[in-house]
Amino acid sequence: METPMAEKTWKDIETGFVVETPGGARAYRTGDWRSQKPVYDKERCVKCGVCYMFCPDAAIRIMEDGYVDVNEYYCKGCGICARECWTGAFTMVPLSGSEKKEAKK
Amino acid sequence: MGKREGLEVSLAVAEAVKLARADVIAAYPITPQTHIVEKLSEMVAEGELDAESITVESEHSALSACLGSAAAGARTFTATSGQGLELMHEVVYIASSMRLPIVMAEANRALSAPLSVWGDHSDVMAVRDTGWVQIFCESGQDAFDLTLWAFRAAEDKRVLFPVMVNLDGFHLTHVVEPIIIEDQAAVDAYLPPNDFPVPLDPRKPVNMGTFAPPHIYSEIKKSQEVAFQGTRPVLRELLDDFAKHFGRKYNFVETYKADDAETLILTMGSYSQTASVAVDELRAKGRKVGQVRIRLWRPFPFDELRAAVRNAKRLVILDRAIASGTSSPVATEVRSALYNEEKRSKIASIVAGLGGRDILPEQFVEIIERGEKIADEGQKEPFEMYGVRG
Ligand code: SF4
Ligand code: SF4
Repeated sequence: METPMAEKTWKDIETGFVVETPGGARAYRTGDWRSQKPVYDKERCVKCGVCYMFCPDAAIRIMEDGYVDVNEYYCKGCGICARECWTGAFTMVPLSGSEKKEAKK
Repeated sequence: MGKREGLEVSLAVAEAVKLARADVIAAYPITPQTHIVEKLSEMVAEGELDAESITVESEHSALSACLGSAAAGARTFTATSGQGLELMHEVVYIASSMRLPIVMAEANRALSAPLSVWGDHSDVMAVRDTGWVQIFCESGQDAFDLTLWAFRAAEDKRVLFPVMVNLDGFHLTHVVEPIIIEDQAAVDAYLPPNDFPVPLDPRKPVNMGTFAPPHIYSEIKKSQEVAFQGTRPVLRELLDDFAKHFGRKYNFVETYKADDAETLILTMGSYSQTASVAVDELRAKGRKVGQVRIRLWRPFPFDELRAAVRNAKRLVILDRAIASGTSSPVATEVRSALYNEEKRSKIASIVAGLGGRDILPEQFVEIIERGEKIADEGQKEPFEMYGVRG
């Protein structure tokens, strides 16, 4: 088992900070950066996939039925999906106090 | 055996890169470095050198291309100067932090404004703390030799830092000198193929240049800095190794007539040779004057410098750059190296030779004499500029 990053000493660092185990970004929870979140209105969605292409964190996936789903573990609340969705299916809503605490966990 | 040829120094650097069998050259032409990469791209075009010569749209891209190439394990060379090095600045740090063994020829040049294509050390001083090994040439032979050495040093697994070979723009790059060009077999025996430990390879993917959150950034920087500070014994050993192969010995700090000298003139780069002439002239008059030359600028050779100046009463330090708002770079470094010594020489900091202005031997005599006076009286200003009208 590799030492978790926050416990590594300077002596544990690989030359040039090369990370030899790929996929580190998968474990990293960008979702805890959020101060707002996209709320999805399925009624307005026309399944065009534009939000899926624009999301910088690949947090949006297209479901079997063509509608989309936001993965909150990665969604950092940038609002790009809401800006790009041309039918206005996404609305950005500030996180409540308890949601902010939840996101930090 | 090598062959002694009359050659423009820029072309000797290109010969060294060719003999080193560089795989990738990415550079953008800029005076006074242009002849180096121009010659290299000609060698590639003529099929004399089996390398990729990457034409880029700027120096920022040139060094960025070098990052990728060095990360893939290719022997990588670039050359730049003045404004070009400034445009690279962001990437200069990245190369050393990622521990990529890139070799750069740096034709030292003044910085704008006003526009000057001529030589001084302003450009390298702006990148002095970026974690590159920085070495200075005094002659064409130095430039050829230290370019070869730079590949050996950068790629050594105990080093793995980029190396910048500094040669004064025009005063060195554009002069024709007799230079021993070593033959291919000797260079091959000296320089093993590059064996970068963790190259980019699709069969074994790794992440390079990732981001680092606050909980790990300090650990990464410490590991880099401990490694960089720790390169000194290896670099020393590699200069010895160069001497074993080619019979020419380079040192971190060189001295000339310094043993019994009461005053030492301290210089860096090609003006050192002119300063030596002034030392001879003063010696002929019975004056106890000698010279110290810093060859390795980063990592700074504290031990060698202290040993070299130990017995001198006065140190006259020439800087060919201004560090705006403070004292000049070499003098600052030397002062801090000596601060904790029990016995310290009195220091005079003099700035001259900016933007390609010559310093003639008789002017070096004046600089040394003026410096002695300043040192004895105690320097009031951070530095004094020599040879400025008015
Ligand atoms: S951009 Fe809007 S309409 Fe298109 S798939 Fe995304 S949410 Fe639906
Ligand atoms: S807010 Fe940003 S990160 Fe979150 S789903 Fe939309 S585009 Fe992706």
